[in-house]
Amino acid sequence: MLRRDFLAITGAIAGGLAIPSAFGKAIAAEDLQGGIDIAVKKRLADAALAAATGAGATYCDVRIGRYLRQFVVTREANVENIVNTESTGVGIRVIAKGAWGFAATNDLSTDGVAAAARQAAAIAVANSRSQTAPVQLAPVKGVGEVTWKTPIVRNGMTVPVKDKVDMLLQVNAAAMAAGADFFNSTLFLVNEQKYFASTDGSYIDQDVHRIWAPFTATAIDKASGKFRTRDGLSSPMGMGFEFLDAALSGKFEMPNGVVVYGKSYDMKADAIAAAKQARAKLTAPSVKAGKYDLVLDPTHIFLTIHESVGHALELDRVLGYEANYAGTSFATTDKRDAGFQYGSAKVNFTADKTEPTSLGYVGYDDEGVKTKKWDLIKAGKLVDYQSVRDQAHILGKTESDGCCYADNWSSVQFQRMANVSLKPGPDKLSVAQMIAGVENGVYIFGRGSYSIDQQRYNAQFGGQLFYEIKNGKIGAQIEDVAYQMRTPEFWNACSAICDASDYRLGGSFFDGKGQPSQASAVSHGSSTARFDGINVINTARSLG
Amino acid sequence: MSFPTEAEIKAILLKVVAMSKADECTAQMSGATDGNIRFALNNVSTSGIVSDTELAVQVAFGKRVGSATINEYSDAALERVVRRAEDLAKLAPENPEFVPAVGKQTYRASNTFSAATAAITPEYRAKVASDSIGPCKAEKLIAAGFLSDSNAFVAFANSRGNYGYQTSTMLDYTCTVRTEDGRGSGWVASNVQDSTSFNAANDIRTAMRKASASADARALEPGKYTVILEPAAAAGLITFMMRFFDARQADEGRSFLSKKGGGNKLGEQVFDPRVNFSSDPWNPEAPVVPWDENWLPREKTFLVEGGKIANLNYSRFWAQKQGKRAAGQPGNLLMSGGTKTTADLVRSTEKGILVTRTWYIRMVDPQTVLLTGLTRDGTFFIENGQIKYPLKNFRFNESPVIMLNNIDELGKPVRMGDDNGRGSVMMIPPMKLRDFTFTSLSDAV
Repeated sequence: MLRRDFLAITGAIAGGLAIPSAFGKAIAAEDLQGGIDIAVKKRLADAALAAATGAGATYCDVRIGRYLRQFVVTREANVENIVNTESTGVGIRVIAKGAWGFAATNDLSTDGVAAAARQAAAIAVANSRSQTAPVQLAPVKGVGEVTWKTPIVRNGMTVPVKDKVDMLLQVNAAAMAAGADFFNSTLFLVNEQKYFASTDGSYIDQDVHRIWAPFTATAIDKASGKFRTRDGLSSPMGMGFEFLDAALSGKFEMPNGVVVYGKSYDMKADAIAAAKQARAKLTAPSVKAGKYDLVLDPTHIFLTIHESVGHALELDRVLGYEANYAGTSFATTDKRDAGFQYGSAKVNFTADKTEPTSLGYVGYDDEGVKTKKWDLIKAGKLVDYQSVRDQAHILGKTESDGCCYADNWSSVQFQRMANVSLKPGPDKLSVAQMIAGVENGVYIFGRGSYSIDQQRYNAQFGGQLFYEIKNGKIGAQIEDVAYQMRTPEFWNACSAICDASDYRLGGSFFDGKGQPSQASAVSHGSSTARFDGINVINTARSLG
Repeated sequence: MSFPTEAEIKAILLKVVAMSKADECTAQMSGATDGNIRFALNNVSTSGIVSDTELAVQVAFGKRVGSATINEYSDAALERVVRRAEDLAKLAPENPEFVPAVGKQTYRASNTFSAATAAITPEYRAKVASDSIGPCKAEKLIAAGFLSDSNAFVAFANSRGNYGYQTSTMLDYTCTVRTEDGRGSGWVASNVQDSTSFNAANDIRTAMRKASASADARALEPGKYTVILEPAAAAGLITFMMRFFDARQADEGRSFLSKKGGGNKLGEQVFDPRVNFSSDPWNPEAPVVPWDENWLPREKTFLVEGGKIANLNYSRFWAQKQGKRAAGQPGNLLMSGGTKTTADLVRSTEKGILVTRTWYIRMVDPQTVLLTGLTRDGTFFIENGQIKYPLKNFRFNESPVIMLNNIDELGKPVRMGDDNGRGSVMMIPPMKLRDFTFTSLSDAV
């Protein structure tokens, strides 16, 4: 599923019969519950494994997937779209004669999956003719029959559509009453039911849930022709419908009264705040370009982490496999060997597929590897990358990092970004204490525009909300802010990170990579962090 | 995989429409065989073929709409998909913006199909890969590229007697070539409907030349420069701007085409008088299906003529509300230009910067369509009509609205696909522009 398909379904780009086939079949809401019997899945998997090995495969993995999505799209008092989709089928990957082969089918008969397995083996044999070196797989010990489920409290797919519509329309009405001229909101639920089996002796049944409730408030000044928007400050999460319960435990009030959210979201309160803040943007003073100390909230910095650290440390990019599309990376392996100072000594990054409520949280990855947490940057030094089974040997590692993913049963699994997160500072430090030490700064919330070069050096980021900081005090809301950075200088300018009490996750449903492109959902955690002497530009222009 | 014949498809569609008990029903069947081959580090990495068809049914009871899709075509399956759409419609809230299905139309066919492209084989794709990799290996360069081809059909029928059927093909090729030491990078792209007009062995030379020539890049202070944007570099900025040609967005006051005090800028001079954007489903170089996503017939129209806003895109609902006529939404974007190639524009430039490609473009401020992004895969300094030396890549912060008021000269339009080789087709000229704003340098190659 790609961002453009999401935009089509939410009406952000023109669409007619609004059921992009990329999401699979549109189905009735009640069909979003339940799943395929596990005994049937095992029988199909065994048929595929036997057919593949019978056709000469030395390794085979089978993924039987049922991918469910629900969208409820509204604007102001209208429901624009309600779509339920399902995509079910089997993807089979084999190694034969040292080469990979892949085939997928939506024919869920024993004969159908066996035929696809044989086709995958035949493709592998064909691919082996031009292969320069045989695939080397890091070993994985079979785990037998296991199950794993996102620890959700309430499955969003079971909540009646009417309740969801009512909730969104109430949120919209509250925002309109608070001064928004336009208000678009969407509820987006995902359930991936994934069964993985391999010739290593694993049969892993996983039930993965994610939720996202984005919105945009728009304020207009008709007289001047000016318009401004403020997007929601929540994040997509690896949670059930309980994320929208607006529990007080999820509320974080910052020193200037801006409210952000952790593991529980008050969408209505955020919508009301957004309406007011969007209106305030219409008259907010424009930033003076120059060097500032930036204080970046986790709702903002997650995307900077994603672009400048997460992507830069994906091994396939580093090696050149993504050169034609996503690009390569400046963080080459010789830099790791030389102890490259990626950031200041305060900067520690981990990659993690085991963090509860994160988008990347699963028990096992899409090649049957038990997930884990590992270090990427320690005390500012580059120490490791993200790699999967057929890449581990390149780094001299004996095991995969467990970050292999395919966005559908019909897509080939490959290395995807784990949740790459900035460790909170070890010493007690609140946001208020951090800001008290800033003489001339800008405080930024939310994701705005973002752009980075194909080797992950030069980036520019905007945001949703900007506040000036003068002599340790937070001042007025300001506008037209974007900062430009060079990755190593930026992370080396990190002078303080708040403690774990401020730690929150940000994330995206649409990390794109590969050709044909596949989307992956990933979170990035951090506490509020400070960066000294960063170049801020003014983005206001006049069209005359 | 061969698709059903038009007669077979029509029979399925009419059967579905007849089955529905709703106030109205539209059935659309589409199918495609998409092939691809991907290579990197001078080796083929993946190749595949995906073939699928799908039937989508949309019904309405009053203003309640429901949709469902299926990829089986037995009578029982057709019955199931119709009932499912009807059940969803009955559950759906009323849509106050509902507009009834389009009545019977006459569509003038456009030439969107090429038999040669439809007949592409795995061997053809393998040869494209080897034609790209072979010359690079011989010159110690490294190729990474992607070829995708599509053979597709779309057909629909509705309960108001409207019907359409069209086949189409597309081939999209991109290749990035890098020097072994990683100091040079070049790129080439080709998007065609007819594969006989594509030649990877020729195209790869462009990327190879740029890769070799872009090593040893020098740094130039960021600032405002005269630039020559190759069509691919210009297309990235222009497509962002075209999203704002929606009439409702402009009328609601959230577009650069909104007017102070209310209303939109229809009829106003917004660009240099040499700027013309049109759409024409029958354009011989960039034909598209002659109806839009709502099955309204597409027309030959100008969006911008002589730099003035000539038309905005009205959805059927918004047209009704504003008392306008709803025409089919454009399927292609045709920007007119002159007769010169990029090389001709270089020859007539005293001092300037040639940009091969723009990358990671994002909206900074929708109010002014201010965009940021970077140059990539071949940026060169031009002096006295010649390319003098390669430049380090730049980040730009520029608005296409401002850019299209700073035109020195437009060249001959070239066919372009979008980044992923799906969807839209454009004809965009290379363009020489004054005062293009670069705001920082990038070390990326």
